[in-house]
This record gives sequence, structure tokens and C-alpha cells, in this order.
Amino acid sequence: MATHESAAVHAHAAPTGWIRRYIFSLDHKVIGIQYWCLALFSVFLGMALSLLMRIHLAWPNLKIPFTEGGQITPEQYLALLTMHGSIMVFMVLTTAPQSGFGNYILPIQIGAADMAFPVLNMLSFWTTFLSLCVMGAAFFVPGGAPISGWTGYPPLSALGEIAGPGQGAGQTLWVVGIAIFCAASLMGALNFITTVIDLRAKGMKLMRMPLTCWAWFVTAILGLLAFGVLLAACILLLLDRSAGTSFFIPGGLVVTDKIINHKGGSPLLWQHLFWFFGHPEVYIAILPGMGVASHVLSTFSRKPVFGYRAMVYALCGIGFLGFCVWGHHMFVSGMSPYSAFAFSLLTMSIGVPSAIKTFNWLGTLWGGKIQFTCAMLFAIGFVSLFVSGGVSGLFLAQPSIDLFFHDTYFVVAHFHLIMGVAAIFGIFAATYFWAPKMFGRHLSEGLGKIHFWFTFIGVYAIFMPMHWLGMLGHPRRYSSTEVLTLSNAQFTSIHNFITIAAVITITAQLLFLFNFFWSLKKGKKAGMNPWNATTLEWTVPSPPPHDNFAGHLPTVNHAPYEFSVPGAPKDFILQSEAEAPAKKRG
Amino acid sequence: MPAHTVIDDVLTVDAGKGGGTAPPAGGGDDEGRGAGHTPISSRRYFTGISLGLAAILMFFMALTSAYIVRKGFGGDWQALRLPPILLLNTAVLLLSSLTIEIARRHAADAGLDSFRRWWSVTTLLGLAFLAGQVMAWRQLAAAGVFLRTNPASSFFYTLTAAHGAHLAGGILALLYVAFRAWERAKITRSAAAEIASIYWHFMDGLWIFLLLLLYLGR
Repeated sequence: MATHESAAVHAHAAPTGWIRRYIFSLDHKVIGIQYWCLALFSVFLGMALSLLMRIHLAWPNLKIPFTEGGQITPEQYLALLTMHGSIMVFMVLTTAPQSGFGNYILPIQIGAADMAFPVLNMLSFWTTFLSLCVMGAAFFVPGGAPISGWTGYPPLSALGEIAGPGQGAGQTLWVVGIAIFCAASLMGALNFITTVIDLRAKGMKLMRMPLTCWAWFVTAILGLLAFGVLLAACILLLLDRSAGTSFFIPGGLVVTDKIINHKGGSPLLWQHLFWFFGHPEVYIAILPGMGVASHVLSTFSRKPVFGYRAMVYALCGIGFLGFCVWGHHMFVSGMSPYSAFAFSLLTMSIGVPSAIKTFNWLGTLWGGKIQFTCAMLFAIGFVSLFVSGGVSGLFLAQPSIDLFFHDTYFVVAHFHLIMGVAAIFGIFAATYFWAPKMFGRHLSEGLGKIHFWFTFIGVYAIFMPMHWLGMLGHPRRYSSTEVLTLSNAQFTSIHNFITIAAVITITAQLLFLFNFFWSLKKGKKAGMNPWNATTLEWTVPSPPPHDNFAGHLPTVNHAPYEFSVPGAPKDFILQSEAEAPAKKRG
Repeated sequence: MPAHTVIDDVLTVDAGKGGGTAPPAGGGDDEGRGAGHTPISSRRYFTGISLGLAAILMFFMALTSAYIVRKGFGGDWQALRLPPILLLNTAVLLLSSLTIEIARRHAADAGLDSFRRWWSVTTLLGLAFLAGQVMAWRQLAAAGVFLRTNPASSFFYTLTAAHGAHLAGGILALLYVAFRAWERAKITRSAAAEIASIYWHFMDGLWIFLLLLLYLGR
């Protein structure tokens, strides 16, 4: 081994050509930005799809371009719904917080020159890109995009063209796209875990890692264990679709007067496999946001994270419990009440680590010298949304209540608040916080604050009334309220309110887009450590050089959040600062 | 067995609690396994292969649980008569685990003749196993048992194909280890051979598991 230990610390040579530097780059920082851009494209695509749905719900007679006769048919509505969900969950919530910021920041924060496997890192990005292309191609094939939702439940997803428009080539492309995405995510997860285990700088003990790194680490473990299961399920579904097997298709089905030549399969089997992946996936989306919120709250309260160890254990606890609760997505599937009780109990026990995190965030804020930067506002917004979305989870965790709520807008409100917009707020907090490091320039704080308030009030205006719709019994996935006899006028007025709120909120996101691209050129230049933060990424230039630490990896002497240490000359101590012998802390 | 293999380094897992003092060089402490200024070690490749195998295990466990659930569900399950050639294939694969182990122990030798010989034998045995699996498919097909015939046969083809695809990946890894110019690589040939053989043994064990599942769970 000795011959290899003496090798230089450069993970790989600095690239020379434009293509190797910006397209097929091995540099984790470029790959992180590539992921971020992929998510940015996807989030605007996903938002556009949701806007079409909202407009159709509020004003069904409005002429919409690119549709036959200017109307969205019920099938097209379902296709919009399917693609909105799939693109948002896979291409935005899974990529930006973990693969995007994790890729860029994690190696620097633990004091490494790059990820453990740079070539694998590049492959996982381009595989993700391929899966987006394959999934997106579903829009352009005969029949259009699939209509079976982001959960792809069989038999609808397994029968082929006979099941409806989009269930032919469109659904096949969707399944293949998801399978490719699984492979990409497995490569990424493997890389993240190895990097954390083997590439930490000297002195970077596990319990000295910033909570962001802990969150990325736990998320990667979830991804490693969950995506293989979804891949297996996708392969079985593809075989049912194209090879005539009956894994998921039950016998005796008659669809449009045609007997389906399958027998004995179990649609519930898909649900079990899917949700064994699907529930950890929820945490894959939200855990990185938790890490970012902890990090940002501490930095701008000028206080250490309250209960650092408890925060780490809570992250691990949520990650572990995330694998034990998939059945709560299936309470209405006719499962045994005993199973439902067990899943319900386990689900509610997630409230314990979640409450630990929430109280510790509040404890971090308590008595701090709070600086209301945009990143801080979005981090506080994250906590707010996490609580609002989490509370409705306690309703849904009870089988008897879920029986009523399950197919209503109540669930739509719940998962959008806790998984969708909370995670998006985490992404925004990270963007405002790290943009100075990543691009060397600050985003405009003034525009950012306008963006925050429009978004914060906007998402509550969109999703809070949906709880009300759900309690009234409004089913989700319906393209029209006309078939609902119960208090139709009330539904319509709430839908109109939500749609107007959505239009305003989505318009406000254009402000973010403008702020971002304008600031790249004209924003205030950032120094090495503009936020007076403590972690290792603030010890290198903005943006960091190739290999991050220019060949000299740092040594870590301090815990990650040493703010306002009594007797210290400044109100923050960088992790790599030499330990003052006189003031040695335990 | 050589006196000290790379795996020994790997097994020196974080034991200390890191009391605040700097660890001795090379100490198996929690204080950053990258060890500061000497980061390129082969340890990450062993971590990587372990994690990769964990993911592969989850993939096959998902298929296994699907097998068990589906068998108990539809009432249309017909026990499959496994083609006897599977026993021969199993023997071939077990033998290949033996030969790859012999090859690996010669990977750090000055002359590479023994390594190359046994490594090639392993590769050929792997190809023979795959050919044997295809023969098993053809025998089943000749008996009128196809992928879509019955859930038992669907699972048989799916599981054997998934395992075969992973083993084919293993054969590519063997060829890579054999033909790559390791002088210019980040890790040694013997470390690479060790990683490839870990994967190979895992595929061997996985096949035994799948065979038992297919036989006992038929």
C-alpha cells in the first residue's frame, strides 16, 4: 500500500477542454451545479403542468393552447397530474437537495478534494439526465403521457393501451425512465456514503460533521436501500406490460368489453414494493432540508445548534422508522386491522424524532442574535411548513380517519406542505446561503425577501384551503367538480381562490429566476466567508478552486457550530482553526 | 494467505471514540478515515463494493418477497420442475469461487503466471455457468414452459436472468482486472483482484440462495 499512500491529494487532474470542464466534468462542484440546473428546469416544467391543472379546475371553459378544442379532457388532466408528480418527486425533490447541494457542499464540508468516485459521480448525473429525457419523451408519443399517477398502480399501469390514452408507449417510457433513475440514484448514494465514511479530513470525527453532512449521509443510506426495491418492482411491471406475465395483474379483468388474458396477480404486491421505496423517498426529499435548516438557523442565530447529538440521533431515527411505515399508504387497501394498527403506531412514533428536531430548531433560535437574511427566512419557513404539514400527518396516520381522508384533497394538502414545499424551502434556503460560495456573488437580498414573502404566504394560501376541501369530502385526482353534488358552489369558490393564489405564487418564482441570473452577473461580490460561518467550505475562496483545498487538506479541531463562544475574539470559530491551548474545551 | 491483505485494513473499523487528541498515524480511529494528507487509499473501493452489494441484496430481497407473496396469492401457482443441469451449473460456479480465490492469492506475486492462469480459468467457468443457465432455459422452453406460462416460471426466468446479468457484470470486472494497466492506476492489481473476488463470491452465494428459494419454495 505504501506506494499509493504517497500519491498526491489531487483526486484527478484539472480538466483542460471545455467539454471536460463543463459537460462531462469529474469535478463534484460542476456536477452539483449540473444537478441543480436539471432540478431548476424540472421544477419550472412541473409548475407549468400544475398551473394547467389549476386553471382547468377553476375555469374549465378557458381555452388552453396545445390541447384539442382548447379543452383539457379528464384523461389529459390525469396525464398532467402523473407527470407533475413524477417530475417533481424524482427530478426536483430527489435531485436538488441531495445530488445538487450534497454533491457541491459535502466534500468541501468534510475536507475532501472530491467525491470518492468522480467517474461514477459523472455517470450518475448523466444517467439521471437520460431518465429525465426518457420520462419526458412520454409527452411526445402517440397517446401522450401516462395517466396512472406518480405511484403507477397496476392494473391501470400494467395493462397497456387498452387501459386508456398514455397507457401504451407513454407508460412504458415512464417505467423505463423510473428504472433508469433508480440506477442513477443507487450510484449517487453509494458515492455519498463512501465519501462520508472514507474521505473525512483529519480530525473530522463523525460527531464533528455539520448536520448538513449528517442529513446527506442518512439520506444516501435510505436511497441505497430503497431504490433497489423500486428497480425490482419496475422490472416486474415491465414484464407484466410487455412479456405477458401476471405478477400484478389479477385474473378475470374485463376492460372495455375485452377479457384480459392474465390471471392470479396481485396489485397489492406492487403497492407494497412501491411504498417500501416510496416512504423512504419522502425522507430522501425532506432530510437534506432538515440539515440545511439546522445549519442556517445556527449560523444566523449566532448560536450553536441546540442539542447537536439529539439532532443526529433524530435524523437516524427518522431514517430508520421511515422503512417501517410504508403500510400507512395502504390503509384503504383492505389490510388487516392488526397490520394497520402496527403501521399506525410506528407512523405516529415518527412524531417523536420530528418533535425533537422542531423543538431543537426553536431552541437554536431562542435568545439568538437573529439575522433575517433570505436564507434564514427560508429556513424559518421550512420549520413552519414542516410543522403545518406534519400535524395533518397525525390525522392521516390513524386508519379510521384515513379511510375518509385518503382519496380527498386533505392528503394533497398534507404531502404538498411537508414533502413538496418544505423541501423546496430547504432548497431555497440552501441556494441563498451557498450561492455566494458557489458563484462568488450574493443573490440580491431585497429581491429575495420579496420572493420569500410572496412564496411563504402563497403556498399557505394554496394548500391550507385544500384541507377544507378534503374535510368536505372533495375527492382528489378529479378533473372537474361538476360531478360532485355536494355544495358545488362552495368547491368552486375555494378552487378559484387556490388557483389565483397559485398564479401569484408561480409568478413570484420568476422573480427568483431573475434574481438568480441577474446576480450571477451583477450581484455583490462575496468574500471567502461572507456569513461569518464556521464550516470548512468558508475557509476556501468563493468559488473554490479545483480540488477545493489546493492540494492541502485541512485539519479539523472544532465542533461544527461554535458560535458566540465566551472569551473567543470573534463570535465564530472556524472548524479548522487551531485549538487555543489555554481555552481547551471538552 | 499472504501475511497482510487489504481487507485487513478495511476490517480495522472505527473503534475509538475520539477523545480529542490526534490519533496516531494509521490508527483505526473515528477521526477521519481519509487520514488527512494521504487520501488515495484503496479503502474507499472496499467500502464502495460493500455498499454496492448491499444495494444488490435489497434488489434481490424485493424479488424474493414478491416471490413469496405471489406464491401464496393467486392459487394459480404450479410447481416448476427445475432442470437438472442447474446442479451442474451450481458445481461450476462453486468451483469458480475456488479458482478465483487461488488466483487472488497470487495477484501480488512477482510473476503473474499463476494469477493469470487461475483468473482465466475463473472467467471461463463464469462463462460456462452462463451458458449452462441458457441451456436450462432452452430445456424448459422445449418442455413448453415459458416466461408467461405460470407465475413459478415467470419468477424462474426473472430471477435467473437478473442473477445472470449481475454475473455477466462480474465477468466484465474479471476481464477489466486482467487487461487494465494497473501500473498507472490508483490502486494495485491485487486490491482490484480482491474487490472483484468479493463480488464474485457474493454472486456465488446469491446463486445458492436463489437455487434454494426456487427449490424449497417451488
